[in-house]
Amino acid sequence: MLLNQFLLLAAILFSVGVYGVIVRKNGVLVLMSVELILNAVNINLIAFSTYWGLGGQVFALFVIAVAAAEVGVGLAIVLLIYRNRRSVDIDQLDELKG
Amino acid sequence: MSGLVLATETTFDVPGNVAFAVLAVLMVVAAIRVVTTRNIVHAALWLVVVLGGNAVVYLILQAEFLALTQLLVYIGAIIVLFLFGIMLTRAPLGKSDDLDNNQRWIGAVVGVLLLVVIGFSLTRSWGTDRLDFAAYDLPQVSGVTGTSVQIGGSGNGRTQALANEIFADYLIPFEVVSVLLTGALIGAIVLARRD
Repeated sequence: MLLNQFLLLAAILFSVGVYGVIVRKNGVLVLMSVELILNAVNINLIAFSTYWGLGGQVFALFVIAVAAAEVGVGLAIVLLIYRNRRSVDIDQLDELKG
Repeated sequence: MSGLVLATETTFDVPGNVAFAVLAVLMVVAAIRVVTTRNIVHAALWLVVVLGGNAVVYLILQAEFLALTQLLVYIGAIIVLFLFGIMLTRAPLGKSDDLDNNQRWIGAVVGVLLLVVIGFSLTRSWGTDRLDFAAYDLPQVSGVTGTSVQIGGSGNGRTQALANEIFADYLIPFEVVSVLLTGALIGAIVLARRD
């Protein structure tokens, strides 16, 4: 099997995730799109670990751990936004615009 | 064109490539459904398909430990967390037209541009490099102290080698990740607590 077929699959998933981050305005859906991006990166790391050596798998494990931490804190923030504003529409969070 | 030439070679792995093609199409369709569906619960369920497909891709790449970790952490924990998040924020459970903003064209253009740039550079730099799966059927794994451990035929060589990597070369990053997880745990509790 080619290395490139895995890398291209990861590239497609990454681009779909970026589209989701730009287009979605519900906070939970944005976090889901971020998960798509992180998983695409993991496919890359593991494909390269099969190509070169085991270091990529170690980093993929770290990415999984960091993703778990990110989702935990991210959802806590989304819950806090909901509690304060009764909505998770992140397009309405524009106080920094001045 | 190079793909056609490859397909006629004797080393072409037909079952593996057919499995990969079916899986890749399924994953891409599911990923597109995640970012386009109008039902937020369906988005979480399509995400399960993408994450499960990821685990199978890891299996194809002979990363068994990572595949099982993916199933446990993502499908076992993170999806449940997402469903809790959906319920706690009282998201519209049926169809809703209010999930996307009006930047669809910008998003599509950025996504396609990114895909073209990444795809072009990947095909330029990696071309037809092959993955050598046989290289990992080694019967020998070097131990922490440099001695060789004979594990011939037991088939868990890569997981053992991965453990040796984590607890020897990557021990300090591993501990730092533990601290990060503790910090995230405390942070999530502090943020979500009602005072």
